[in-house]
Amino acid sequence: MIATAPSALIDRYGLKPNEYDRILELLGREPNELELALFGAMWSEHCCYKSSRKLLAQLPKDAPQVLVKAGEENAGVVDVGGGWAVAMKIESHNHPSAVEPYQGAATGVGGIVRDVFTMGARPIALLNSLRFGFPDEPRSRYLLARVVAGIGDYGNCLGIPTVGGEVFFDPSYRGNPLVNAMCVGLLRHDKLTRSAASGAGNLLLLIGNRTGRDGLHGATFASANLEGEGLEKRPSVQVGSPFLEKLLIEACLELLDRGLLLGLQDLGAAGLTSSSVEAAGRAGTGVEIEVTRVSRSETGMSPLEVMLSESQERMLAVVAPGRVAEVREVLDRWGLRSDVIGRVIEQPVVRVLQEGALCAEVPIAALTDCAPFYDWPYAPAPVPPPEPLPRDPLALLAHPNVCSRRWVYRQYDQTVQAATAATDDADAALVLLPGGKRAIALCTDGNFRHDDPYLAGALAVAEAARNVSCTGAAPIALTNCLNFGSPERPEGVWQLREGIRGLADAARALGVPVISGNVSLYNESDEGSVRPTPIVGMLGLLEDVAKRCTIAFKADGDAIVLLGPPTGPLDLQMEARVQRAVRQAIDRGLVRSAHDCAEGGLFVALAECCLKGGLGAGVEADLDWFDESPSRIVVSSSHPEDLAELGVPMTHLGRVGGQRLMIRGLADLALDDMRAAYERGLEALL
Amino acid sequence: MKVGVVVFPGTNCDRDTVAAVEAVGHVADLLWHASTDPLPAYDAIVLPGGFAHGDALRAGAIARFSPIMPRVVEFAHSGRPVLGICNGFQVLVECGLLPGALLRNDSLQFRSEWVHCRVEAPVWGLQPGAVLRMPIAHGMGNYFPDPEAPSVEVALRYCDPSGRVTAAANPNGSWDNVAGIASGNVFGLMPHPERAISDVLGSRDGLYIFEALTRALVAV
Repeated sequence: MIATAPSALIDRYGLKPNEYDRILELLGREPNELELALFGAMWSEHCCYKSSRKLLAQLPKDAPQVLVKAGEENAGVVDVGGGWAVAMKIESHNHPSAVEPYQGAATGVGGIVRDVFTMGARPIALLNSLRFGFPDEPRSRYLLARVVAGIGDYGNCLGIPTVGGEVFFDPSYRGNPLVNAMCVGLLRHDKLTRSAASGAGNLLLLIGNRTGRDGLHGATFASANLEGEGLEKRPSVQVGSPFLEKLLIEACLELLDRGLLLGLQDLGAAGLTSSSVEAAGRAGTGVEIEVTRVSRSETGMSPLEVMLSESQERMLAVVAPGRVAEVREVLDRWGLRSDVIGRVIEQPVVRVLQEGALCAEVPIAALTDCAPFYDWPYAPAPVPPPEPLPRDPLALLAHPNVCSRRWVYRQYDQTVQAATAATDDADAALVLLPGGKRAIALCTDGNFRHDDPYLAGALAVAEAARNVSCTGAAPIALTNCLNFGSPERPEGVWQLREGIRGLADAARALGVPVISGNVSLYNESDEGSVRPTPIVGMLGLLEDVAKRCTIAFKADGDAIVLLGPPTGPLDLQMEARVQRAVRQAIDRGLVRSAHDCAEGGLFVALAECCLKGGLGAGVEADLDWFDESPSRIVVSSSHPEDLAELGVPMTHLGRVGGQRLMIRGLADLALDDMRAAYERGLEALL
Repeated sequence: MKVGVVVFPGTNCDRDTVAAVEAVGHVADLLWHASTDPLPAYDAIVLPGGFAHGDALRAGAIARFSPIMPRVVEFAHSGRPVLGICNGFQVLVECGLLPGALLRNDSLQFRSEWVHCRVEAPVWGLQPGAVLRMPIAHGMGNYFPDPEAPSVEVALRYCDPSGRVTAAANPNGSWDNVAGIASGNVFGLMPHPERAISDVLGSRDGLYIFEALTRALVAV
């Protein structure tokens, strides 16, 4: 162990000199290397949000339907009625996916699924949001193909349908792709599970995979390797086993259902360290861990390596001493390994022992509440404008940022669990709730078609809520993933601040609480920072699935109407009014289709309504058909005069009919030609 | 009537299959793969979809050695109906109750999409020529026949919505567009009938398969 920490050691664990001084003050002594590593992990951006926590405080978190608020547990939980609740969260796995796209993406799914079933919820849906460089480059094609395969193989094996997502391309993601995965789970209110390690004397049971050196220092984002201690340099990417995760889901849900666990916590970033410290922190207790009890997949692991390993598919359960045998019986049936690795103690510290000898002892509060929080200096700096989309109609439909995503989503099982109501002809996926009458609506959204990080945040919320509203469902909660560049550069901080401010303003204006989230900073490569990319996962509730609305035009002769202002900047009050109006129209049966206008503006929206419905249209209006102004929804209706009662601006565009899309002054296209361009777009590039 | 639905570690369509069996008015029990109990209490056995043992080696290659499988083979030999769906079909092929093999899809990718299948033979009273719309979701559904085996009864072929068997309608490269085969009272298919049991899911055609199972029960 060390007498005085050399700066190299402080640096290795991702700490800064001022943070080391703070550690000296908190402990009243010098930490040994293991203790320093515990601080490095727990004080990492990933674990404690030190650069973003103060900013996140402005997000609206409260609403009557919220059962578990953002930051309280592994995932947020909202009431959906009938005694049922939904747990959900989105999380990034950007850096692992940049290094090893297949495993990076797969373990991203694995991690977010564990966050959700930890709450006692059965995972019922997966979504994702992906960003790459343009697929005309081999590296970007490789990343796209392997990320999609990784997401598919993991989720498919688990038997959780991937019901929605989005993929976009921009040069800024070339060196740093974004892979955000979202999981949604369903639970009875009374099965809501907390992660708190309560009750001194209760045992800590580590369940699942053996512990190896994989993913070591994933949370501290190691810039140095451990060669000095004779260890082989290992990649910081973990390897996933969806089969093992499937067994963990079933076993843990059975254990929770039978009331055999007092608490449950998944092992994610910083492994055993963060899971045990967070569990103790939530209960105001402490934990004592004997590292020799942890089953290993490798020999010669040090206590530090055991504490920081990010081996996948592991869960930490808190079990009363008298129930261990019963718990083990269930785990044995599912073929799962388990080790009693320690116990809950009264003294609020994390104590690490090896063969009974003390290796580390740090107060829980020092690792959690006392973590440093930063107000980094910020300075506005322009974000480059997005690349313009083609204005030729067929070229636009074939553009990678507009064309069909079928090549991607047909690799994801969308129908397992037999509850997916609409797959590809609605603006949001609908998943039936038990009983089959009510459904939840789900989508992910991020807007990259602007140069203003405030709008990136606000539009992500507005578009996600608009998509959900276009099915007829009311948005009731959102989760968010903030993908930004380094907070150590003033312009990076400014983008983050603006993104969060936009997200908060829109969530407040639309009345949607933020119930969970994740912050991913340092998304930079040699080529610079990624575009500010706040991603929103939206949850809506549809009371009667028979009233669901899709984007497809339904009948010859129906009138086509644009709901919302014909053009103009984002006005959140108007956005809220238009969304309310479309939900009312759907509920009252006034419209037969609804589709929000997004990338490629009104032209692309109309084309998609035609293609999904197999019907053409003839339209005419004094509008820029490629304008991407917000708050606009294309609807079709057999009784357009009834739409006046909605009280929002509207523009009559024309009628459904025939097999061509005719836009006066712009285009006269056969549906077959449009379909060829739209369906072939991505496949032609890959 | 009582249907046993076998659960291997990694099976993930067990609950959906139980719901579909119940939707046609029968009782379903989940049967754990490690059980060696005889199965006389059941009128039919279903091997549902999923990734038994994580598809280690090959889909179904480990599941065929599960303790329950000799009982399932015994059950099939007694003349009672056995249905294998997707991974269940793969297990039936691996354990020899059905001939041939299921190879990787010719795209080398997992395929999840809605397909149409035409009924080719009156298996369990299915009407030849009927076109059924059901989802597929598999990475290894590319059927290849065993040239040594007695002639295979092709039960279902992939087709277009109008019932024409075309190369474009084949989602995985399977021999002769095969989507399902039967041998006596054993029936395996790649599409998921349990995911097509109501209009809101996109089709009710899957009920037709479970109703056929009922007719097979009556026939025994």
